Amino acid sequence: MNELTIKEARRRLDKGEITAVNLTRACLARIREADKEIHACLLVDEEGALAAAKNADQRLKTGERGDLLGIPYLCKDNIMTKGLKTTAASRILENYLAPYDATAVKRLRDAGAVLLGKTNLDEFAHGASTENSAFGPTKNPLDLSRVPGGSSGGSAAAVAADMCLFALGSDTGGSIRQPASFCGLVGLKPTYGRVSRFGLLSMTSSTDVIGSLAKNVYDAALVLKNIAGRDDLDATSAPEATEHYEKAVSESVRGLKIGLPEEYFSKSLNPAVKEKVVAAAEKLKAAGAKIISVSLPYTKYGIPVYYLITPSEISSNLARFDGIGWGRAEKEAKDLAEFYRLNRGRGFGPEVKRRVLLGTYALSAGYYDAYYKKAQAVRTLIAADFSRVFKKVGLLLTPTSPHPAFKLGEQINDPLTMYLEDIFVTGASLAGLPAISVPAGTVAVNDNGAPPVGKLKSGRDMPVGVQLIAPRLGEGRLLAAAEIVAAGDNRASN
Amino acid sequence: MAIDKEDIKYIAELARLRLEEGERGKYGEQLTSILKYIEQLNEADTAEVEPTAQVSGLADVMRPDEVRPWDREEVEMALRQGELEGGQIKVKRVL
Repeated sequence: MNELTIKEARRRLDKGEITAVNLTRACLARIREADKEIHACLLVDEEGALAAAKNADQRLKTGERGDLLGIPYLCKDNIMTKGLKTTAASRILENYLAPYDATAVKRLRDAGAVLLGKTNLDEFAHGASTENSAFGPTKNPLDLSRVPGGSSGGSAAAVAADMCLFALGSDTGGSIRQPASFCGLVGLKPTYGRVSRFGLLSMTSSTDVIGSLAKNVYDAALVLKNIAGRDDLDATSAPEATEHYEKAVSESVRGLKIGLPEEYFSKSLNPAVKEKVVAAAEKLKAAGAKIISVSLPYTKYGIPVYYLITPSEISSNLARFDGIGWGRAEKEAKDLAEFYRLNRGRGFGPEVKRRVLLGTYALSAGYYDAYYKKAQAVRTLIAADFSRVFKKVGLLLTPTSPHPAFKLGEQINDPLTMYLEDIFVTGASLAGLPAISVPAGTVAVNDNGAPPVGKLKSGRDMPVGVQLIAPRLGEGRLLAAAEIVAAGDNRASN
Repeated sequence: MAIDKEDIKYIAELARLRLEEGERGKYGEQLTSILKYIEQLNEADTAEVEPTAQVSGLADVMRPDEVRPWDREEVEMALRQGELEGGQIKVKRVL
């Protein structure tokens, strides 16, 4: 029963056909069976999960009902979970016990969801393949020679392998959407501020958002409904009222104008992926939406802006990791400065160091105006592109990733190539807009893992997603269109 | 802009990061190629554009400056980690 969607499990739990304890046991058994190969989880809390499940069963027995009451989930390990290790997949935090829950986790706990454990990620969420984890990579359950995407790769792999019913992830520049595309899932990045960042280990504070990886659109809506909303502990959380997102899923898209931004369909886009976006557009059209071509001329600057602003915020945010008060502490240092250098030099992995160096450089005297301020100015132009286009259309439809999941080890030695993974997903992050990746079918991949071009002879099929982007706080409309696109995908439209 | 080993040494010192000799050259090359890519931003005319630091749509979010109680167990769990001496967090000598 671990393969159930939330929607179906909810029905059976409420009718008393299954119990939360049995559902939780099924997930734990699946983790034990599959995770040696996949390595989606960094920590499994059997005891805590079974206690939470038992509690949920008692609540159910008294007649209490709730969207997520008794639903088992996994949580990305850069989100604080009280009493459990929260490592961000970094050596520098390998012994760190979270003293409190992130607001999103607390809200799920109050809703009666069952936390099974913590999932792998690129160290501090820096990456697009989950290969940057200090504790070893996660594999794509659909093809173990391929990456699950990243940085929420552990969460995506876990949901795709039915280790849980949904998982929390974080998305700073595509980290929920890209792994959702690679693993055939729904990945929702809410509006910046829609979900509290309290308890999310800060990476790029101006774009970080907590969201979910789910088996279908309805499930993603239910999770959002339960974690969204203003939080006193996060001054950047959005004060606007939340919606009944699960009701929005079945709303009509008739008359809705949806834009295809021409800059997202350049010649370098894999033709098989392009075909899927066109097919998604056809579905939306058949449902009554109007598809029109639009232009976002500053799109090409998304990656350079992102990889300037992100390392800059990282170099500042990660300055707190000094080895004092938590995490690892190097014994041999003679003075405080040496203590810092050793803890950070040994505690951080290569990609984290690369970003800290790049950000420190970009923010240093003499370079601040040329790099950081310039990037922030271009960010204004990127955000203005979206504002202008959203006066004409209600949603945008794009590819999520230029290709299906690539092979493990294929891109890890070239940081710039890895950064280019984010080409279609950074725009919505920089502008703070809600976006979702929805399964759009599968494309053939050849054996050496190169992106398939033209007609392929052999190889497996791997999933690809399409991305929908909405104006600020337009999650309802986003989910309604996502549901249309997902129709036909046996799980995502369930 | 080329970043050499000496630049990396200086930046690493600013960031309090100890790097091994081999790492310096590697990061120098990688940062050089990343910055070269980023420099395409210079094509964009931003003479009249205000920089964007955040996109929350919010400004001056205030609350009364009052002490709020925090869960005791959580406070203790937070202060129980790292190197302790006499209930205090121990740090290296600064002066």
